[in-house]
Amino acid sequence: MTLPDSYLSYPHRSTGMDHDIYPRSNMFERTNIEWPGGKSLALWITVALEYFPLVPNDGPFRAPGHMVTPYPDYRSYTTRDYGNRVGIYRILDVLDAFGFKASIPMNAAIATRYPSLLKEITSRGHEIIVHGMDMNAIHYGGMEAEVEQKQIEDAISLLRGASGQTVTGWLSPARSESENTLSMLADAGIDYVCDWVNDDLPYHMHTENGPLVAMPHTMELEDRHLLVNLGQSENTYMEQVLEAAKQYRLEATRYGGRILHLSLTPYVIGQPWRIGTLEKMLARILDGGEIWSASGAEIHSTWANQNELI
Amino acid sequence: MKADPDLYDYWPYKNRPKIVWPDGKKIAFWVAPNIEFYELNPPENPQRKAWPRPTPDIVPYSYRDHGNRVGHWRLMEAMDDFGVRGSVSLSVAMCQHYPEIIEACNERKWELFSHGIYNTRYTYGMDKAQERAVIQDSIRTVEAATGQRIRGYLAPALTHSEHTFDLLAENDFWYSCDLFQDDQPQPLKTAGDKRLVSMPYSLEVNDHYAFNVYGQSAQQYADLLKRQFDTLLAEGTASGTVMCIPLHAYLIGRAHRIGPFREVLNYITSHKEDVWITTAAEIAEYYRDHYYDAALKDIARYSAAQQNGGGA
Repeated sequence: MTLPDSYLSYPHRSTGMDHDIYPRSNMFERTNIEWPGGKSLALWITVALEYFPLVPNDGPFRAPGHMVTPYPDYRSYTTRDYGNRVGIYRILDVLDAFGFKASIPMNAAIATRYPSLLKEITSRGHEIIVHGMDMNAIHYGGMEAEVEQKQIEDAISLLRGASGQTVTGWLSPARSESENTLSMLADAGIDYVCDWVNDDLPYHMHTENGPLVAMPHTMELEDRHLLVNLGQSENTYMEQVLEAAKQYRLEATRYGGRILHLSLTPYVIGQPWRIGTLEKMLARILDGGEIWSASGAEIHSTWANQNELI
Repeated sequence: MKADPDLYDYWPYKNRPKIVWPDGKKIAFWVAPNIEFYELNPPENPQRKAWPRPTPDIVPYSYRDHGNRVGHWRLMEAMDDFGVRGSVSLSVAMCQHYPEIIEACNERKWELFSHGIYNTRYTYGMDKAQERAVIQDSIRTVEAATGQRIRGYLAPALTHSEHTFDLLAENDFWYSCDLFQDDQPQPLKTAGDKRLVSMPYSLEVNDHYAFNVYGQSAQQYADLLKRQFDTLLAEGTASGTVMCIPLHAYLIGRAHRIGPFREVLNYITSHKEDVWITTAAEIAEYYRDHYYDAALKDIARYSAAQQNGGGA
């Protein structure tokens, strides 16, 4: 069957992106950012706390990390739960030992199911980022706007209420958005979004309800991606993180402050045989020079103060 | 449909007429950055979905856009530092979307060749006229933006038809990077008498395969590229070889990968006496002028010997 000739028409073939969400941009031609204290490298650690219901939602797709076997998949459920019961506490202790503050993308379901865990996190001074309702509450293209509006409002109000924090960051479950997600988030008072992976620095996005900032919440050096999906060793993971830190410090001498983002998964790096790698890796990052340990909100506000909306 | 693509005849690696590259070099080395544009909401092709999730599938889209915002500039600087020009596998709509990148390539005398209009428009289902229109659009677009007449092709997202190679020959292309049967250039069988060369490109050392299919680290990839080079250089004494490093800035241009890749460029370019650091078009041109006829003759000799039941 031959394709229609419309397959050879290109309505968005013009300067810039093929959408209006953000303009094209060369990272090396932007205003240099200065981090507090003249530090060259901001270290942004995020630790996602996720709730995977035993009955997965496949509409329209199953979130990565979700159940694998036919019902009841106790092995996946309990392995994820291990992260929320055990792994996270190991990670929190390591962060305390270094005096590092992290941002915690949290499903609202975690706050309602495990209030003591939320309290533990906020009392240690970490930032809460809204990570949707739970790992079944996917935002996706074509979903009903009312349903999404409620998912967003419920998740934000639950986490704001339970944490006592302003809560200005958002990470979608499975990083999935509908065509309306960004404008609904701007309307709900969210300042920054962690779903997009096209930059190493924050940048402005435009929505019908005002601006948002995309934060460089990366996937490439995520522990789960390297250690679980790709099956790399802990040392291989660590060496690549250190290589990134080296490159960013090098670039910072010419182009201004850089961000090393580490995405940690409690049921991955929080395993007894892996937690030592985290300690060693953080120590070696510090060996390379000073860092500014910052939350997403701190990085956002520091960056936003130096970058006018364009 | 054919069981054998019938694009080339079997022609074993050993005992071919000897290739010697310019100035007696043993290995022709070229780097192919794929500079691509993927659409957020492309029209549907019944035979291949662009993105796995419902539109907007922002993660794979933005993952690739990283190359154009960030990675390209790291990769270009590394190549500048080691005096390596790129032969760019280009989604030609980049000439419209990101003109600054195209200008930067052209200023450096990088070669541009076509990788289709967008990497989210597939050849599957196109008739010959439609595919010809895509190829001729590529020629016009790059010529208008840079003055370069493109001579090479890598089909968009490696999607082909049975007409692809005839159309390339018909439109005076010199080479295709679409086929992976060899480490040396060789003639392709096409309609007419134009000289279309199959150019070694390699999926096996493509950064996409290394990182996203084989799950290798930045350092492992750097190590394998050095071994690839060592072997092809050693074999190049007997007859000149080609080594291509096919890259994507959204992969190799990440902060944790560019350092190890710089080591590779340093290693390869330090073998100055043996390496022809060049572009795909220059390799194709040299091959067409010096070895194409000898290759055709030797392929015919080998095939005839096989039909007579003899060895080569």
